Amino acid sequence: MKALLLKRLLQLITVVWGVGTLTFVLMRSLPGDMAYRIAASRYGQDNVNSEAAALVREELGLNQHPLEAYWHWLTDLLQFNLGNSMVSGLPVIESVQHMLGHSMLLAFAGLMVSILIAIPLGLLSAWRGNPLDSVLMGLSSAIRAIPVFVIGVLFVLLFALHWGWFPVAGYGSFAHLVLPSVTLALSLAAVSNRVVRDAAKQTFRAAFYQFSKVKGLSAWQTFHRHGVRNIAVPVVAFFGIQLVSMIEGIVMIESLFSWPGIGHGLAHAIFARDIPVIQGAALAMGVVFVVLNTLVDLLCLWIDPRGVEQ
Amino acid sequence: MTLRTSQWVGLSLLLGLLLFSLLGITLSPYSISQQDLNAILVPPNSDHWLGTDHFGRSMLSRMAHAIGLSFALGILCVVTSAFLGAALGVTAVWAGKRVDQALAIVVNILLALPGLVIVLLFAAIAPGSFWVLYIAISLVQWVEYFRVTRAITQGVIQSPARQSSNMMGFGIWYQFRRHIWPAIAPSVFTLAAFGGANAILTMASLGFVYVGIQPPLAELGLMAVELFPFYSEAPWLLAQPLVVIALMVFGFHLLAGKRA
Repeated sequence: MKALLLKRLLQLITVVWGVGTLTFVLMRSLPGDMAYRIAASRYGQDNVNSEAAALVREELGLNQHPLEAYWHWLTDLLQFNLGNSMVSGLPVIESVQHMLGHSMLLAFAGLMVSILIAIPLGLLSAWRGNPLDSVLMGLSSAIRAIPVFVIGVLFVLLFALHWGWFPVAGYGSFAHLVLPSVTLALSLAAVSNRVVRDAAKQTFRAAFYQFSKVKGLSAWQTFHRHGVRNIAVPVVAFFGIQLVSMIEGIVMIESLFSWPGIGHGLAHAIFARDIPVIQGAALAMGVVFVVLNTLVDLLCLWIDPRGVEQ
Repeated sequence: MTLRTSQWVGLSLLLGLLLFSLLGITLSPYSISQQDLNAILVPPNSDHWLGTDHFGRSMLSRMAHAIGLSFALGILCVVTSAFLGAALGVTAVWAGKRVDQALAIVVNILLALPGLVIVLLFAAIAPGSFWVLYIAISLVQWVEYFRVTRAITQGVIQSPARQSSNMMGFGIWYQFRRHIWPAIAPSVFTLAAFGGANAILTMASLGFVYVGIQPPLAELGLMAVELFPFYSEAPWLLAQPLVVIALMVFGFHLLAGKRA
């Protein structure tokens, strides 16, 4: 466990250094005069002149030697000094905190709904068998082939625009959370219901499960005492992995629904070439990624201590 | 390698889309950017088999080019990352501990970040560049092949068959073909099919959030956002890129055979 934590700490440092360096290179390698570009994104394309550019250049210290600038960049980063947004001028750290909170909320809601869908359906598949199993299998494969943003678009078209049950985009109320989290949940559940089904099927077939039936326990008692925990081991591990991989899906969903999360912020910042925000958002995602991975590993180790970390 | 029925279905689906794309690119009289403002949002007819978009551009040409672009990227990424990953995976085992450790450091750096974030950062360096997308996606994907190949090769290298082959004086290339390749081929193939789906999906996703291939080029994700405002006047237009993305991903998943 100590080795695991040490390894993850190393990974965390790698993330900070990797994102820092990549965004630094990014900043330097963008075509055109940086000062002009920043001025354009600040004051609008039509109001850019050499005066505005000079002002920006002065303010951001763009005249430094590259190595010197790189050093400043990294030391700032280590002090969690992410600077200010080039577009809005607001501190990046504040907006990252704000975005991270919204992303967490969405991710958590998505995962919860996906659990509510996947566990009953998976158990049902394993318990009833064919033809229900085949139908659900086909359905999951079909949903898995549909990219998460396509599911989102379909939801917007049907539930927001056609029937008007939910707001199209935005945030603030519970109704705003429904469509994005259900979209995420559906694409997650399409995979995890198969995992639940496989785990349940294996447990139902196992000798100890059959034996407890033979010795006279009712179906529910058997399931309660001998099923739940055994099925939970692989299932919980998989939900953890899904939570980590959700980072990819969340970028799309946040952009589609204008959810003010980290993915939306990153996509927006890339579009506006707002490098401090790109750096902050990418950094936050990377750190969340490593932290979640570590938590999942620890959780799996706790549920099933036999599985020794490699 | 014999394919199962579902894999045949997947293969035919993909070949069908590829054929549509090639025929569309060569036979359609309209270019992807040729506008006809007198004929916007026209439903499918004999001139424009798939209708026209909001600038009166032929959807048939645009879809054919977009599918071609997706396939080109998918196949390029798969070939590059599979070759690189498998070659390095075998090398890591064969070339001894030093090389293995050096590669492990590189892999750990790449694994520390979510794949899409790496691709997004690269996309920010040169927005709209096909080649930057290609490099970024391949960079993310080769790690998977590396890890699987390395794990399998470790077992094969120790096997009595490979060792006696070595002692009989067969060359490295022969040993690779005779012992290692048959062991890693099925896994590499499965990874490649999923990799193709992921590459296409990543490209469409970037297009969808507007940081991928830029207009007026045709790209499936980008077309989906461009056509979204016309969902009520021309639902058949929005449906085209969405359905095709799903079909391509589905085709690759079927081709992979095994579950993810």
